[in-house]
Amino acid sequence: MLIYIGRRLSLALITCVAISILTFVIIRLPPGDFVDAYIANLASTGSTVTAEQAQSMRHEYGLDRPVYVQYVLWITRVVHGDFGVSMMWRRPVTEVIGDRLWLTMVVSFAALFLTWTIALPIGIYSAVRQYSIGDYVATMLGFIGLAIPNFLLALILMYFGFRYLGLSVGGLFTPEYAQADWSWGKLWDLMIHIPLPAAVLALAGTAQLIRIMRANLLDELRKPYVVTARAKGISEFRAVLKYPVRAALNPFASSSAYLFPYLVSGSIVVSLVLGLPTVGPLLLQALVAQDMYLAGTIVLLLGVMTVVGTLISDMLLMWIEPRLRLTGRS
Amino acid sequence: MSGAVGGTLADDSLASAGQLRLTWLRFRRHKLAYVSLFIVVLFYLVAIFADFLAINDPHAVDARRGYLPPQAVHLFDANGFNPHVDGMTGRRDLKTFRQVYVPDPNKKLPVTLFARGYPYELFGLFETDRHLLGLVTPEPLDGIYLLGTDALGRDLFSRIMVATRISLSIGLASVTLSLILGILLGGVSGLYGGLVDLFLQRVIEVIRSIPTIPLWMGIAAALPNTWSVVRVYFAITVIISLIGWTELARLALPAMIISETSLSFLGLGLRPPAISWGILLQDAQNVQVLAGAPWLLLAAVPVVIVILAFNFLGDGLRDAADPYG
Repeated sequence: MLIYIGRRLSLALITCVAISILTFVIIRLPPGDFVDAYIANLASTGSTVTAEQAQSMRHEYGLDRPVYVQYVLWITRVVHGDFGVSMMWRRPVTEVIGDRLWLTMVVSFAALFLTWTIALPIGIYSAVRQYSIGDYVATMLGFIGLAIPNFLLALILMYFGFRYLGLSVGGLFTPEYAQADWSWGKLWDLMIHIPLPAAVLALAGTAQLIRIMRANLLDELRKPYVVTARAKGISEFRAVLKYPVRAALNPFASSSAYLFPYLVSGSIVVSLVLGLPTVGPLLLQALVAQDMYLAGTIVLLLGVMTVVGTLISDMLLMWIEPRLRLTGRS
Repeated sequence: MSGAVGGTLADDSLASAGQLRLTWLRFRRHKLAYVSLFIVVLFYLVAIFADFLAINDPHAVDARRGYLPPQAVHLFDANGFNPHVDGMTGRRDLKTFRQVYVPDPNKKLPVTLFARGYPYELFGLFETDRHLLGLVTPEPLDGIYLLGTDALGRDLFSRIMVATRISLSIGLASVTLSLILGILLGGVSGLYGGLVDLFLQRVIEVIRSIPTIPLWMGIAAALPNTWSVVRVYFAITVIISLIGWTELARLALPAMIISETSLSFLGLGLRPPAISWGILLQDAQNVQVLAGAPWLLLAAVPVVIVILAFNFLGDGLRDAADPYG
């Protein structure tokens, strides 16, 4: 078990390093560097920068040194919590991002939770009552869920909400709470607003997991031990839930490990459509304005938090999957 | 086995049937997949003959017919069979200052098959101006707008037809690239095994645990503005397949199509004047616009249909690939 945890942890660490390198590449990718952009920015307001000043700025930021040195300098600053200054907002990046990162994670976790709570019972039902009307409906909904990109679903929901219910669907807060400090009232407001975006995000993943759960459980239900259990007169409820469902959970669990990154990805686009105050809209603005420090920081933090989130769900899975706990020992 | 495939074949011919034939027979049994195959083929035919199917020049801008609602083709009038559309007269609503259109039943515009329209090159070879549907006597401002027009007065139907080309081919190109990458790297890791295999497995795990959309957005946004449409197209293809090759476990085509659509929808993928489904949906991004011109959402219909069809097709192919199972 410790070996397993160790393996997951080291993998998470490697992933974080890989993400940081990718982020650095993204920051460096646009032609020109930070100083060029800064000078262009100043020039647009009328002031000029001499060549010497530019050179000293480059030196100060280490931009005149080899790329790998720059990476090390950058990552050292990042580890110390200095993510640089957003050029667009002229404020430290951490300040600009503020609550948005947490809200992104809250929305994604809500979606993950919803996916599991919906997919599990429906998957079990579909398998136990194979080829029933309920099974067909679930299958159909599942396929449609897979086929509708979530931003489209958000768009359609918004349109119908606006057209037929006169509601402005979207946002995570009512206006009076949007700027307010955190309080119980604001938290409650968030709780009311979160189900819709979470449901939009959860649809595709749910569809997939229902299929997986159904297939696994069907395999399991055909095994002789279930027949034996039934022959011995165990109640149908126990005959299904006691062992087959638990055995079917294993592949279900491992395949949902990749769900979290997928949900975080989706939340970015859905946030843009629904106007959620997550990092999504900020990231898009930053990218369009080539505010690379802000954009890079968001990509980096999102990546790292996703890794942590996946790690947490991995640990949860270990709890339901004894084989994972035990194989580590051998 | 013979009973399962159906009574149409004698047992002898089934026993001697080759792998390919067995696969095909098995595939045909999956009804949804079979239908989906036709739908997918239909979509690719649309992509090939997009310009022929388009009615109006998809790039032609005319603000005087912005947000024109969808028009219906009437097959009959009082005198019997006479396919036509009613001409639309626009006027400003003096309260909202929106352009509103009313069909004018007295102004009948006769419609014909194989009409002359804007010139294009079929397969990039033959110059022609024949289109499947068109007005008998085309006049500026008149036209058939089956699905209405966008803000700039471009015909949505024609644009959806032409968009099929990019949206479907980018999926195919990305999958091909991913497949090559996947086979190459998979082969290498299988051949050398040991450390190489371990390393590649870890790389795959790392790539899969990174949220893809922010990554795509970052890379796509870094593409220079000055690049031509074709270069951006190739760059996007490469980006999508570089990140997508780890997911070859299932049929990745629909995922690739969704990727392109989302990226273009965000304004980071292909840029106008290229036309793809994502770019069309970009116009439908905000509720205010949709409230006035709900037909813009119709660009979502082909996306959903094609992805659904690919999913079913993938299901059927997977079942069929193992005909003895």
